[in-house]
Amino acid sequence: MLSRVANSIYWMNRYIERAENYARFMSVNFNLILDMPPSEREQWEPLLVANADNHLFYQYFDNPARDAVLQFMSFDQRNPNSILSCLRAARENARSVRESITKEMWEHLNQVFLDVQQVSSKQGWKMDEWQDFFNDIKMASQLFYGIVDSTLSRNESWHFSRLGRFLERADKTSRFLDIKYFILLPSIEAIGTNMDLLQWSAVLKSASAYNMYRQAFRVLRPEDIIYFLVLDRRFPRSIYYCLSQAEQSLLAISDGDTKGNKAIKVMGRLRSELEFTDASEIVTSGLHEYLDDFQKRNNLVGEAIFETYFALKPVAPFNGGTQEQG
Amino acid sequence: MANNRPLALTSFEGYETGGFFDEMFLPDGTVRTECAYLYEELLQMSRKDFSTKQHAAERTLLSMGITFNVYSENQGVERIMPIDIIPRIIGGGEWRRLEEGLIQRVTALNLFLDDLYHDQRIIKDGIIPRHVIESSRSFLPQCMGLNPPKGIWCHITGSDLIRGDDGNFMVLEDNLRCPSGVSYMLENREILKKSFPEVLEKVGVQHVSDYPTRLLDMLQYLSGKIAPTVVVLTPGTYNSAYFEHSYLAQQMGVQLVESNDLIVLDGQVKMRTTRGFEPVDVIYRRIDDTFLDPLAFNPESLIGIPGIFEAYRNGQIALANAPGTGVADDKVVYAYVPRIIKYYLGQDAILPNVHTYICEEEDSRKYVLEHIEQLVVKEANEAGGYGMLIGPKSTRAECDEFRKRIQANPRNYIAQPTISLSRVPTNIDGRFEGRHVDLRPYILYGEKVEVIPGGLTRVAMRKGSLVVNSSQGGGSKDTWVLY
Repeated sequence: MLSRVANSIYWMNRYIERAENYARFMSVNFNLILDMPPSEREQWEPLLVANADNHLFYQYFDNPARDAVLQFMSFDQRNPNSILSCLRAARENARSVRESITKEMWEHLNQVFLDVQQVSSKQGWKMDEWQDFFNDIKMASQLFYGIVDSTLSRNESWHFSRLGRFLERADKTSRFLDIKYFILLPSIEAIGTNMDLLQWSAVLKSASAYNMYRQAFRVLRPEDIIYFLVLDRRFPRSIYYCLSQAEQSLLAISDGDTKGNKAIKVMGRLRSELEFTDASEIVTSGLHEYLDDFQKRNNLVGEAIFETYFALKPVAPFNGGTQEQG
Repeated sequence: MANNRPLALTSFEGYETGGFFDEMFLPDGTVRTECAYLYEELLQMSRKDFSTKQHAAERTLLSMGITFNVYSENQGVERIMPIDIIPRIIGGGEWRRLEEGLIQRVTALNLFLDDLYHDQRIIKDGIIPRHVIESSRSFLPQCMGLNPPKGIWCHITGSDLIRGDDGNFMVLEDNLRCPSGVSYMLENREILKKSFPEVLEKVGVQHVSDYPTRLLDMLQYLSGKIAPTVVVLTPGTYNSAYFEHSYLAQQMGVQLVESNDLIVLDGQVKMRTTRGFEPVDVIYRRIDDTFLDPLAFNPESLIGIPGIFEAYRNGQIALANAPGTGVADDKVVYAYVPRIIKYYLGQDAILPNVHTYICEEEDSRKYVLEHIEQLVVKEANEAGGYGMLIGPKSTRAECDEFRKRIQANPRNYIAQPTISLSRVPTNIDGRFEGRHVDLRPYILYGEKVEVIPGGLTRVAMRKGSLVVNSSQGGGSKDTWVLY
């Protein structure tokens, strides 16, 4: 398939996944606030910091108050990661590859964008309206994947879709965990208290992992939660699961021709390191540091994919000629 | 205001043909036979049902993303071209004559192009002056001696036809430079299958849905290979016709490429894929001639593919349409088309031209300058309703401005009498009113020349307006050609 088309399909999926996860971040913070005792201050800044949106935010706002953060993360066009910006980018990518995706994929995405664009100008949102909105975004994204799964042939388009979706999801799951690092407890003594565990369960809920975690472990223990979200082999939002799925698609795209393939090398190395890591090692090395390092290496996988499949280099292919840079 | 009683029926009460040729009614107000069934059906329909159908059609266009970008507005402004769900109906007999006329015209134009870029017999024989050709902006000297695959230059033509007061079809212009609009023809029919399924079934309408198949057959025919790789080349998502490029590629099941996807390696055109470079055999290109190749044409072009013209000359690739066809679109050359048909085919033109004053000829120019208020003046190389003056609808100052322009550069202008285009009933805020229309049928030139039975009917939605271009607020209708 055309490199440009592969690139657009990959990014279309990354942006949809990103929009969904932004809705998850905000939705769970709402839940958390409602569970907190009234003496506790609302904390919205951790959402910005965990997603590295804080620098941009403070260019336009002084105070990370609820409405400012929600508007900024949902609709602000100056924020390239806001839900509306992500959906616009996803739709623009889809628009440029309509002939390579299915009619149903395009029409759904187009409609979701038009709907969100329409509500984005609304003022005076109530809490329940925000909650409905986040839920709609999550459902729209889930429906999109359902449409992809049930209409798209298992060809390269499909595998580049999965690649984008799972790499983005791995990144975002690491950020759900990182939020826990940034949300402040009132004091050091609060570690291990009910309030601490409340925050951990909010992290699980962000990733729709609460029920599956309970089935696997029953008791809420930070180290088990870290295991579940980073290393679990079967949970579909764990970082390990996402990477192994992405790797499978990468292998399918290469069709057995893996020699000298940088994307497969970088991806395989990262995935296998996770495979032989224990949760206790992560805790010992420091959760935040571990996640930070993972995010950087996950980005390197993205860069390797770009170089291997998307970069438009005019290379003379068959006559053993030299490589030129475009 | 619309009548809001739920069961009120639609009605033609107060409908006026206004002295124009009306495609549904005879001058005495009786319904034309080919429209009788549709008319009866409309009379039985409640206003509420009708407006539900109209809204459903518009919603469909929006959610399918059938939008176009408007030049001279902010980039990224998307609009739908309004669809009016009352179809325009053409009888089978009349269509057959049109078909014959269009085949004759396109056959002659193809011979003309081949002659122009080879021996130029038509100039030597004194039929058309040399300077008319050589001063045409769309004449490409680079194409001299070019032999396009199978000798075909104009693979896809979308001539604009109008009916005057007497109802006879005339050719207003020939569009041989990748005409757009065919996606509307296809989607409008899909929409009307939902709006008027019973009527479509009862009256018997020729289908247009195999257009993508016919287009692909034609494109494949251009290559010598058994299973050639065909692609559609688009300037990109910001082009006003982007939806159509993508739609046609999708319908044909071929790749839609941008120029960056293509590269010429060792004289062969290849596309960049995730598995390296793959050869391309036929390109249905929707970018202008002079942007195709910065090495051969406009060196400023950022959307071109360096070396593609050379590959084309060497027969490594087929392009549809061939570069250089635009010269036959020149509005001055247009005036010569009846003579071109006579010269190459020895026949009289079946479809007449609109009478055209060539401003370069002194008598004509004098007439035009004196009667400009009654005429339509057009620039030779413009399209899309730009660069024209409609005398009767223009101010004195506008007329004076065009007088000056004509005197400064007479070669660049022609004038035509103002034709009061025929009208078709159109839904205007819940009432039916006559609106002016034209017709763009599509002609494919492959193994043989064929006319698709249908086309794009463009309608000037503004009351009294004669400008049907989508860029100027025009809408469209489905075109029903009966058996």
